[in-house]
Amino acid sequence: MKKLEYDLVIIGGGPAGLAAALEAKRNGVPKILICERAPYLGGILNQCIHNGFGLQYFKEELTGPEYASRFIEELENSDIDVKLGTMVMEIMVDKKVIAVNREDGMFQIDTKALILAMGCRERTRGAITIPGSRPAGIMTAGTAQSYVNLEGYLPGKEVVILGSGDIGLIMARRLTLEGVNVKGVIELMPYSTGLIRNKVQCLDDFDIPLLLSHSITEVHGNERLEGVTIAEVDKSFKPIEGTEQYVSCDTLLLSVGLIPENELSNNLGCEMDKVTRGPVVNEKRITNIPWVFACGNVLHVHDLVDNVTEEAEIAGKAAAAFINNKKNEVEKEVIITHDNNIGYVVPQHIDALNNQEQTIKFFLRVRNSDEDVRLIVKDNFNKTLLNLKKTIVEPGTMVTFNLPREFVTKDTSSIDISISKEQAQ
Amino acid sequence: MKTDVLIIGGGVIGASVAHQLARYNLDIILVEKASDVCMGTSKANSAMIHSGFNIDGDTLKGQLVLAANKVIKQLCQDLKVDLVKPLGSITVGFEEADLEKMKKTMANGIKNGIQGMKLLNQIELHEMEPHLNPDAKYGLFEPETGIINPFEYTVALAENAVINGAKVLLDTEVLDIIIENKTVTGVKTNKGDIATKIIINAAGLYADKIAAMVEDIDFEIKPRKGQYFLYDKKWRDILTYTIYSAPTKVSKGMIVVPTIDGNILAGSNAEAVEDKTDLRTTAQALDQIYTSAISHLFPELPRMGDVITTFTGLRASSTNEDFIIESAKTVTGFINAAGIQSPGLTSAPAIAAMIEGLVRAENRDLDFSPKANYEKGRQAPVQLSDLSYEERTALIEENPDYGEIICRCESISKGEIMDAIHRPIPATNMDAIKRRVRAGMGRCQGGFCGPKVLGILSKELGISPLEVTQKGSASFVLTSKNKELSLEEGDRNYEKIRV
Repeated sequence: MKKLEYDLVIIGGGPAGLAAALEAKRNGVPKILICERAPYLGGILNQCIHNGFGLQYFKEELTGPEYASRFIEELENSDIDVKLGTMVMEIMVDKKVIAVNREDGMFQIDTKALILAMGCRERTRGAITIPGSRPAGIMTAGTAQSYVNLEGYLPGKEVVILGSGDIGLIMARRLTLEGVNVKGVIELMPYSTGLIRNKVQCLDDFDIPLLLSHSITEVHGNERLEGVTIAEVDKSFKPIEGTEQYVSCDTLLLSVGLIPENELSNNLGCEMDKVTRGPVVNEKRITNIPWVFACGNVLHVHDLVDNVTEEAEIAGKAAAAFINNKKNEVEKEVIITHDNNIGYVVPQHIDALNNQEQTIKFFLRVRNSDEDVRLIVKDNFNKTLLNLKKTIVEPGTMVTFNLPREFVTKDTSSIDISISKEQAQ
Repeated sequence: MKTDVLIIGGGVIGASVAHQLARYNLDIILVEKASDVCMGTSKANSAMIHSGFNIDGDTLKGQLVLAANKVIKQLCQDLKVDLVKPLGSITVGFEEADLEKMKKTMANGIKNGIQGMKLLNQIELHEMEPHLNPDAKYGLFEPETGIINPFEYTVALAENAVINGAKVLLDTEVLDIIIENKTVTGVKTNKGDIATKIIINAAGLYADKIAAMVEDIDFEIKPRKGQYFLYDKKWRDILTYTIYSAPTKVSKGMIVVPTIDGNILAGSNAEAVEDKTDLRTTAQALDQIYTSAISHLFPELPRMGDVITTFTGLRASSTNEDFIIESAKTVTGFINAAGIQSPGLTSAPAIAAMIEGLVRAENRDLDFSPKANYEKGRQAPVQLSDLSYEERTALIEENPDYGEIICRCESISKGEIMDAIHRPIPATNMDAIKRRVRAGMGRCQGGFCGPKVLGILSKELGISPLEVTQKGSASFVLTSKNKELSLEEGDRNYEKIRV
């Protein structure tokens, strides 16, 4: 078996892997290798031919492939190595990575550090157990996006979309533009789970109904899908009897959530967060394994690629510091806690004594929509570190904020984040 | 077309009969109306090799399951089919009444010749299966139950028959049977007539319909529906043995069982239905199975999330609940293998041997001399996951397709998919690929590999992507090319969902 040696291996050549590699290079890592399973770099951005990427990071509006190409071009002008069509099979505790491709067969890479950037996958019909028959014509919105935008084929003529995740909303518009009749988007929750701008631009502008608090209770058809039964659901998401409605359609697209792809990380022994389903990390995106970093959708699912890039740069920089022999061990762990209105916060802990950065960036998701709330950050002395006004918070849009490093002292042992109306001033 | 023996049905029974008879100098044709073998009852079941400990040894199915257990290991070895046997099973009880039933079952098992059965006390039970519900009190261990991959098993039997000269005609439906002088002489199919001396009716759920074509109508197949959950491989370590829940008044007992590939399979209920195409799952039944069996036995298993898929199987139960393996009373040359419900998968080799006896007894001038160049096995497909890293490297050097991973969840290479398309029984649709090599069987259910598999099928079969199907006939995956759908067409059916 062939053996290679690198300072840094990055698994995944999507937006996270690309930005992490470039940032590590800028910070002086000599030998970097990106392993990407697809025959091209850019990951899922390649099938996202709609615009709206880069508003935060580049301050301009790009399509997915355009956004990716900015990084790919920079990468081509660097000496970062890339292996395409390459699948990582195993990561070993002794810093060895086993991968496979057509040219090298199975091969081993010895590395000093590793960045996990494998992205996420979509929830399937099975994962949410939609009852009924099992005909052709049911697929995830992302799979449909791949057929339409990469292969040039349409999955159907009359489409119902379950779930108002961003990919589902984007596909509602995309298919409508292809002449497909998108009959509606069915959403279990009482709110849209995608970005507000996608609901407006992809549904409202095309007169596509969004049915909130509804679900699909049965799939019909034996060979090809013939229709679905939809029903309204109560507060505990149980279908309300008597509200059933049959909708004929030949295609059902699912946009019901994304799951970070952490099989490799799990097998390696990374400590996982039950809510994000990604590794537990500190502000440098270091996992519980000191030479393993994680960023992008494998860490937690982002709604904007701009945030992925920013986070990947944190991981790339931290990996570079680690490789260049800077200390990496957490010296004084500060636990991040949060109230019940918040679903999760990344990072899950920070190092009180780390003074590499001026500010610490936090990413969080709320559980419920609300307006005019305050985001309050307190330390273990009950001292309010931040008190920020948020006009609107909703689960579909990630909330971010920066905590100045100076607010964390050597005596800080925990930081609590809350979102509420009561404390508004 | 003309043959000596025509087998109707490409399930495990039809395939076993073809495999059994292919050792002789007989012309054999197997016809299957679906696009692949293993598309009915053989496809959707518990994938278990029953030991027969809990079955009435005096029934035909009791005798056959016990007989099959004696030969199945060697058969699977010859055909290079994965079989885990013995694995062992534990029947789990919560009530004292369960213990009484277990004692009776144990006595029955001993009578059936099963050795090493043992009643377990609460401590022993939880030592053997630590993730069981702590409230479980009683256990009956039986060492001989096994597990198998039913698709691989059925395909292997059919492939071996093909290697030995049998023909398998897919997408071929029997429409009628030709009878002359009270003797069958052929069948009419959607693909033309086939003349034959013997017809074996292994049509599963439709065996009664086929039997009625020769007016042999003293039985009826009543489908009995059972629904299952398939769990992600990450739950593999939750159990070691096949776990039966103790039978109750409403249920004959359900199972939670590891699969050959490391998933967990759980189910199933039993519901009599009329419609032989009713493969629907229902929220009600799934909830009931989950509450009364799965979470009752293993509280850690979730209702959703790590469930890869749920599915329904239809058991082809006959009116008298036993297997019907006999020559027709109305005509010569027609043999029924009907009412094959559980443990049919296990019994298949014994059923095939019994059918051979019935074919010989038909006395229709058949050449039962052994085939000169008979192959008792088959070349197993390349399965990269079985090979060492060095072996894989050598293989990829020879054929780089084995180095291109198509299905990321199950790590299936392009080479393995290409092989499946070009084997003796070719896989020609998405689900057939899934059953052969597991591409699309994993946690993303083909979300990522689907478009790639479709592309490979289209290229290898020389058909348009629009012609590729999910599971044969009209189950097309795609409907048109981009820009092909006229906006008018969209407008014409412009209705939207409104509340």
